[in-house]
Amino acid sequence: MTTHDLGPTIPARANWAEEAVAAHAGAEHLTREEQVLERIAKARARKAKIKEQRVTLSHGAGGKATHTLIEAVFLEAFRNPVLERLEDGASLAVSWTDGATGRLAFTTDSFVVSPLFFPGGDIGDLAVNGTVNDLAMCGARPLHLSAGFILEEGFPVADLQRIVASMAAAAQAAGVQIVTGDTKVVQRGKADGCYITTAGVGLLDRPTTLSAAAARPGDVVLVSGPIGDHGITVMLARGELDIEADIESDTAPLHGITAGLLDVAGDGVRLLRDATRGGVATICNEVAVASQVAVVLDESSLPVRPVVTGASELLGIDPLYVACEGRLVAVVGPDRADAALAALHAHPLGEGAAVIGTVKDDPPGLVLLRTAFGGTRIVDLLVGDPLPRIC
Amino acid sequence: MRFVDEFRDATTARALATEIAALCEPGRRYKFMEVCGGHTHTIYKHGLEDYLPETVSLVHGPGCPVCVIPMGRVDDAIALAEHDDVIMTSFGDMMRVPGGRGSFFDSKAAGADIRMVYCPLDALKIARKNPDKRVVFMAIGFETTAPSTAMTVLRAAVEKLDNFAVFCNHVTIIPAIKAILDSPDLRLDGFIGPGHVSTVIGCRPYEFIARDHGKPLVCSGFEPLDILQSVYRLLLQLHEGRCEVENQYSRVVPWNGNAKALRVIGEVMELRPHFEWRGLGFISHSALRMREKYARFDAEQIFGVPGVRVADPKACQCGEVLKGVLKPWECKVFGTACTPETPIGTCMVSSEGACAAYYNFGRFSRERVKEATRA
Amino acid sequence: MCLGIPGEVIELMTEHEDLAMVSVEGVKRAVNVGLLREDFPDGRALDLQPGDWILIHVGFALSKIDEAEAKASLEWLAGVGDAYTDELEALAASDIT
Repeated sequence: MTTHDLGPTIPARANWAEEAVAAHAGAEHLTREEQVLERIAKARARKAKIKEQRVTLSHGAGGKATHTLIEAVFLEAFRNPVLERLEDGASLAVSWTDGATGRLAFTTDSFVVSPLFFPGGDIGDLAVNGTVNDLAMCGARPLHLSAGFILEEGFPVADLQRIVASMAAAAQAAGVQIVTGDTKVVQRGKADGCYITTAGVGLLDRPTTLSAAAARPGDVVLVSGPIGDHGITVMLARGELDIEADIESDTAPLHGITAGLLDVAGDGVRLLRDATRGGVATICNEVAVASQVAVVLDESSLPVRPVVTGASELLGIDPLYVACEGRLVAVVGPDRADAALAALHAHPLGEGAAVIGTVKDDPPGLVLLRTAFGGTRIVDLLVGDPLPRIC
Repeated sequence: MRFVDEFRDATTARALATEIAALCEPGRRYKFMEVCGGHTHTIYKHGLEDYLPETVSLVHGPGCPVCVIPMGRVDDAIALAEHDDVIMTSFGDMMRVPGGRGSFFDSKAAGADIRMVYCPLDALKIARKNPDKRVVFMAIGFETTAPSTAMTVLRAAVEKLDNFAVFCNHVTIIPAIKAILDSPDLRLDGFIGPGHVSTVIGCRPYEFIARDHGKPLVCSGFEPLDILQSVYRLLLQLHEGRCEVENQYSRVVPWNGNAKALRVIGEVMELRPHFEWRGLGFISHSALRMREKYARFDAEQIFGVPGVRVADPKACQCGEVLKGVLKPWECKVFGTACTPETPIGTCMVSSEGACAAYYNFGRFSRERVKEATRA
Repeated sequence: MCLGIPGEVIELMTEHEDLAMVSVEGVKRAVNVGLLREDFPDGRALDLQPGDWILIHVGFALSKIDEAEAKASLEWLAGVGDAYTDELEALAASDIT
């Protein structure tokens, strides 16, 4: 018989919980809902602090835990005005000795997908497209990439060749060249086959400045196609769930569609983001916070493929938080919204583009959803990855 | 028919909302408890409360199997997971639930082999593939999930997979509802009954609620129109002076439940004398443990779990929230010490806990949200 | 408390008597239907065939969905909806006159 069967004994205390309570002990008890909500808003605006002793998988998921890690560890140590903007890439002004000046976009991304090969692509496509897309989201024309490989001892050379061939093809398709690189091999068991880090530079040859802080009330939110394809594909490709579906990753280079969009509606485009980790919901939250606006999404306008809906229902997750690798979210001024949508539709990658929401002034920092059922709710950041749930 | 979208129609919802409003007596306030966390999830996910008159409020009950697991049980599970030869398995829901010294995710980060499964049979598959390891399945859930665990144990017995064991944390719904009904500060007008549990136990076990406690119960489906219809039927009963158990979810729930599932549970498991529920304390005969006959698959007997007990911090008022005495935001630690990132109390732990659902999906002045979402 | 999803049986899998392939919007998974297995009076052990819908929870079927009951529910809901629409129309008409 265990203690549970015997009934109560003197229980232990959860130190972390007691400390958390003690840390807020001074606050007087509020009696009105609005006061409580105001206090929460203030608490959320406070400086991020890491509570965990160790890094967990949640820190890599793109949600709240990732934001906390970035702000409390990386930003704290590296702080500078360019990094502080926390955009997909850095925009840098450069001047040459001959007096010429220009602007460059510079970005980096690491790829650790499992499995390495999945329907619609592999880690090689992702590594090239991911960095090309980060540059494209800055409004840049992608030019040159670097590629760093961390390989596990014993990794099949044939697999490496296959990955590298995908990278070469993706680079060609995106019109970029991989001009420098690095290789390290770690002992068996110290890595999951193959990790790739790419960095890229692109030319900011348009006058437009894009920023997550640039959204204004009245703006329109667009997405370039059906959401969640990549995340669901990879989740199913792991094979652990024994779920089969006819679905492929959406990995694709987005510089063509962004160029088309900026050509047509450049002066009205406030910001572009590719909806990777954390999905469309996370992007919209970043915009709402950075611009101090409310982003109001319309559930019935969200493009989601039926298979993504089906898999999401089975697993109890929300497609709004599922990663894409070839979809962008654009916030555009109201007078250019129609032109922007037409520009997205005109590109093969944007056939499924749709207006999914609008920007309002109040309540600032929040993403709201008008549900298809006709109700309303808040779309908050997740703490970590969306996990399959049973309840 | 897909049995989903048909029950999400906004036009029908508007119509039903006017019927609901018409049934409400002027000046009277109504409080209904949805027992099941799945309903709480639906209510927030679809923004269902926007269709209810101000005088009808929904109280989010104790039916979230993750939320009711006491912190000590999580510590016990982590102690099991820390054995060198153990692979711990559980549902995704359990991974972030904090015990006295962290969650499965924290323990995994510290080196324990903890894996997420979608189905208990997946844990069996891991046991087959790893004959040199002992695979423990942390079983959680109400009577809905218990039959699946029982079927898995029976399968393990047939295959003689002796490296498989269950850490049984299954709980039963009726004693929890009784605990709520017996609480002196309760003021509820009726219950929205847990549909999926009822596929197994049927509707008969709820009859005492209407008979002995004078509260109507409508066993409800999980689509938003199901829940609206259930609220309508509860109001109709009150209006007509009836007090009955009704089955709104008859497309899925047979009145007598699933006899086979009940038999399978009974074969493998038996009631525990007591079990501690987070927020509600010890409740007699409210949980299941493995029968002696299946002791070789019972992690508690094989490993001898420490039997840790961890007290919830005094400031935590989950019990009152679970009973509907307090609204989530009325709790002293809501949103300050207790948030979805660092959940202190049971109601904040899983996304379908009353406080987490309110924090993630509902937190903010309804008026401002309505104003902002106006087309 | 428990996520249950309706899925359509597309195949009873012969290699394992308790498994059926089920589709949710084209997403397929083998589901254990052992809990629906009973000794029915007419001699069958499993009252299930392709085209039937079941409620899935953690990879197990908990019940077979009763289409007639579902239709009845929807008809009731449609009735409420129609009455509401009629009323709205009547209201609109009365505005004109």
